[in-house]
Amino acid sequence: MLEVHLPGLDLKNPIMPASGCFAFGAEYSTLYDLNVLGAVTIKAATLAPRFGNPTPRVAETPGGMLNAIGLQNPGVDQIIKKELPRLAKENVPIIANIAGSEMDDYVTTAEKMSQQSAVHALELNISCPNVKHGGIAFGTVPEVAAELTAKVKAVSKKPVYVKLSPNVTDIVGMAEAVEAAGADGLSMINTLLGMRIDLRTQKPILANLTGGLSGPAIKPVAIRMIYEVSQKVKIPIIGMGGIQNVDDVIEFFLAGASAVAVGTANFVDPYVCPKIIKTLPEKLNEMGVSDINDLVGRSWKK
Amino acid sequence: MIQEDMQVLEHQRIADGIYKLKLRGQLAEQIREPGQFVHVRVGGRSQSIAPLLRRPISISSADSAACTLTLIYRSGGLGTHLLSESAVGETVDVLGPLGHGFPVDAAPAGGNALLVGGGVGVPPLYGLSQALMSRGIQTTHILGFRSAKDVFYQQAFEAYGETYIMTEDGSCGKKGLVTDMLDRVSFDVAYACGPIPMLRALERRITKQPLFVSLEQRMGCGIGACMACVARTTDPQDSKGYRRVCCDGPVFKAREVELC
Repeated sequence: MLEVHLPGLDLKNPIMPASGCFAFGAEYSTLYDLNVLGAVTIKAATLAPRFGNPTPRVAETPGGMLNAIGLQNPGVDQIIKKELPRLAKENVPIIANIAGSEMDDYVTTAEKMSQQSAVHALELNISCPNVKHGGIAFGTVPEVAAELTAKVKAVSKKPVYVKLSPNVTDIVGMAEAVEAAGADGLSMINTLLGMRIDLRTQKPILANLTGGLSGPAIKPVAIRMIYEVSQKVKIPIIGMGGIQNVDDVIEFFLAGASAVAVGTANFVDPYVCPKIIKTLPEKLNEMGVSDINDLVGRSWKK
Repeated sequence: MIQEDMQVLEHQRIADGIYKLKLRGQLAEQIREPGQFVHVRVGGRSQSIAPLLRRPISISSADSAACTLTLIYRSGGLGTHLLSESAVGETVDVLGPLGHGFPVDAAPAGGNALLVGGGVGVPPLYGLSQALMSRGIQTTHILGFRSAKDVFYQQAFEAYGETYIMTEDGSCGKKGLVTDMLDRVSFDVAYACGPIPMLRALERRITKQPLFVSLEQRMGCGIGACMACVARTTDPQDSKGYRRVCCDGPVFKAREVELC
């Protein structure tokens, strides 16, 4: 009923925590058995360690939050050495998110990560809005995104899902460009670029000035983009953007997603993923649906 | 750490915009040391998305036998304003206890401890004072507030040890800053919680005795996963280079992390 098969990913259910919202699983594994999850998308790895941005790094907004963490991570080698072995024991597929500043460091990071047996797929992060170089720059020009996708595909031992930025006018153009370049799947959407200003100091709250907006506030944007893209590409979409409950999951499937990732909601309710997984069969029964795969794209399929 | 709908036993305003909230639940049994905090979801029962995130609030005191804990918080923004409206008998969605608190065993047996607090940094020092007293440590409290209307728990602290109240306008206690009193007190160890400028001043002034400071930072998850609340270590050779306020702290050794 809940099983989903995507390139490189045989998932017992289509629910996974989103990259950057779950670190490398250690903290959440003290709360519940990670084995219940469909997969885990680990925090972005870069070639060299990164400290990230100064604080404040988060600011709440109506129905959402802005973050500007800045890809803080210990670097791909340390992640492989220290984090992957522990997470590999959990018997849950790992999707490794890869970020960079230049084409070359994306490629080297992807190559290293894809060689790990615990890693089932890569998620190419071309959409982080919070770093000065790289990140979103690769995700807003279709030709650049395609070139990077092709280079990463050429070295990767595992399927590559490209995580798209919503900060573009033509999301379909971006999706088609990376599909043509060999992407095995898409993750969408990353955060929307935003800002909050403190009335007392009359300055932006985030030290980075701008941040990425996530949470329920961005869900309609994600749904619209997945609805448009899923009709134009053949590769599967992992949908994300403000998912909080089982109804949201269904909505993403109807729009055209084949699996979903839960991000900000983990901060609100650390048990949100297992709760959704537990209630999903009930919801499908209620809807008279025997296989969740039947829901994919039902909002536009004739 | 557990997530629990805790029952509101008492809820009252104790100073200007300052509320005391006493909660009952199993969570209180897990509290290990004073200075830990809880992450409170306001409006959790209604699945409301405004406010969306949890609010980190320090535990002022706890009674594990009675399964109760007391929070003292300032009602400022939307979240704490809504929290201030939760009535006795209702429940509040609480995640905790979180973080590492004040090391009470840093105080030598039979010694003297200095506790310095400013504004809403004062509450966790109350539980600390209780814990130190039960170990036979003498405590002296220097508590700073803006004005008389902001002062709370004066008598409660006085019951445990010598207590100096400092206000910026002199409307209660002495006029001045908490640091004005430092030279009058002798102590073996110091603990502090309050605004960053106060903690900076204390780190400059208290260098002979151990000093522990509790930090406040905007948080996302509260459990160490999201990296929102990091502080740089002062030691450039440190293997990680940072600490997470939520789970490595919120209490740190003085000068262990940069205060900003």
